[in-house]
Amino acid sequence: MVFSQPQQDEGEAPAGPSRAVAPSGLSVTLAADRPMPLDCGAAIGPFVMAYTTRGTLNAARSNAILICHALTGDQFVDGVHPITGKPGWWSLLVGPGRPIDTDRFFVICANVLGGCMGTTGPADIDPATGCAYGLDFPVITISDMVRAQALLLDHLGIDSLFAVLGGSMGAMQALQWAVDYPERVFCAVPIAGAARHSAQNIALHEVGRRAIMADPRWHDGRYAEHGDRPLDGLAVARMAAHITYLSEPALHRKFGRNLQDRQRLGFSFDADFQVESYLRHQGSAFVDRFDANAYLYITRAMDYFDLAATRDGDLPAVFRGADGAGTPVRFCLISFSGDWLFPTRESRAIVHALNMAAANVSFVEIDSDKGHDAFLLEEPAFFAVLAGFLDGQAEHRGIAGP
Amino acid sequence: MTAAAVPGVDAPAPAAGRRLASIRPDLLPVAAMVPAGSRVLDVGCDRGDLLDHLWREKRVDGRGIEISHEGVRACIARGLSVIQGDADTDLADFPSDAFDCVILSQTLQTVTAPRPVLRHLVRIGRTAIVSFPNFGYWRVRAALALKGRMPVTSGLPATWYDTPNIHLCTIRDFVALAAEVGISIDRSLIVRRSGRVAERPPGAWANLVGEYAIFRLSRAA
Repeated sequence: MVFSQPQQDEGEAPAGPSRAVAPSGLSVTLAADRPMPLDCGAAIGPFVMAYTTRGTLNAARSNAILICHALTGDQFVDGVHPITGKPGWWSLLVGPGRPIDTDRFFVICANVLGGCMGTTGPADIDPATGCAYGLDFPVITISDMVRAQALLLDHLGIDSLFAVLGGSMGAMQALQWAVDYPERVFCAVPIAGAARHSAQNIALHEVGRRAIMADPRWHDGRYAEHGDRPLDGLAVARMAAHITYLSEPALHRKFGRNLQDRQRLGFSFDADFQVESYLRHQGSAFVDRFDANAYLYITRAMDYFDLAATRDGDLPAVFRGADGAGTPVRFCLISFSGDWLFPTRESRAIVHALNMAAANVSFVEIDSDKGHDAFLLEEPAFFAVLAGFLDGQAEHRGIAGP
Repeated sequence: MTAAAVPGVDAPAPAAGRRLASIRPDLLPVAAMVPAGSRVLDVGCDRGDLLDHLWREKRVDGRGIEISHEGVRACIARGLSVIQGDADTDLADFPSDAFDCVILSQTLQTVTAPRPVLRHLVRIGRTAIVSFPNFGYWRVRAALALKGRMPVTSGLPATWYDTPNIHLCTIRDFVALAAEVGISIDRSLIVRRSGRVAERPPGAWANLVGEYAIFRLSRAA
């Protein structure tokens, strides 16, 4: 049987929470029979998961690739984004003949649990109260996100993924997948990631969260009931975060000290400099597509991420089975030399642990001065490595060429 | 490292009908020593020619370590499992007996600390295969003795100021070091300038006529 693009199955189980946003794409209600346990001790269900697929699942159901999105990403990995009207965040990488070749692979990308692009999150209506969850939404973790994605795979009838890949928070999910479901993952590609969120990164996230919470329009998270939104706080959070995705050379190359629409300094606090104007634009464009509470929850999930926490910090042990054998999952880690948010040494620490577990691992650092964002940009060496890795692994897996 | 262009390596060829990449002639006797279906770590694997050859010819489960970005990218792009790393620093991560065989081909003379590297080779692998240019080869001796200059030969083509080779040794030097660090030499091959490979005990004659040496090693009992 060949499984092609499933039809929209929203409404199969109408018991789920109602939607605040209903962008195009697919969605399904999960955990309808039995709530899904969460790391915080609570359980969630039924909940909605929004996703997109590309390509065709083969008869053996062996060619599925799960792409995990980053903090502010979503399921619209390629094609035109229904809200921004811009190309999907990985449209350079995903498509027919591209490194993640949709002529060959069945590509799935789902909005994470706690998100705001169709999957249940804090902006959705709590059926128990009839109001938006707000801060009553349970704190979720990367592991919870992955557990929810596993339910989606069950729904799609996919026992085993050929590959799971993602950058940044997507890399965290790819790692968590390999650790929590080694029997369901053939290979994993964590890009620009880390085995745990660093103190510096937690600190940076805290700045963003405090910006949102300091906005009086946040209303202690109950802005939906006030018909309001903390747009300024969320915009500032985004501006601060955006700087961390770039690099000093990239900013200098793009803007230098160039002035914005003026010949001389204005002796005011307007956006004199192009870089200021750019950041303000990034902030204001972001609030159109993102929910402030979802930003709090997803940044928290990243902060809590520590792959070895349950093993007393012993990272190699995470990649060994109960019998002491190394994980069967084949890894390819990729980092970027100019990324100071998730620097190469973080990826290298994972590689060292995988070597100690005698796992099958490839690793390369790509030369780039574009900062953390490099994983979203045109980087031919990155594309060549990713395409080559997937091609080689597909051969091992016995997946036919395009 | 600017490796010579090898046909079929610069771009990943389609999976079906991929041409067998030709490998450097000095790698063939190394490949011949590797048992089919074994687990192999190639330290300093360059662009992965040997690993690719071993996978295609012998279904060897191979891994590699390579220091150059370019080499690692080429390896991964042809489907090999290779990490960017350094023999001097990264071998310590690997658990003991993780591989049937660890290969260090034409790399020993470039590492900072050959002694710990050799110890790691026979710790990580049940056997190790090491090849290196023999500084006792008569043409090398002659170049130094007669011209009074650092030898530049077919086996050691770089000038002294350009060479990556910082720890050159002769076959007899290697034999002495192996004894000192508790490594036994199970097989000893020399490669003549003609490319002819011969099994020779690692004595004075091999040290004179061998342009390269290839040893199979294991932990001394």
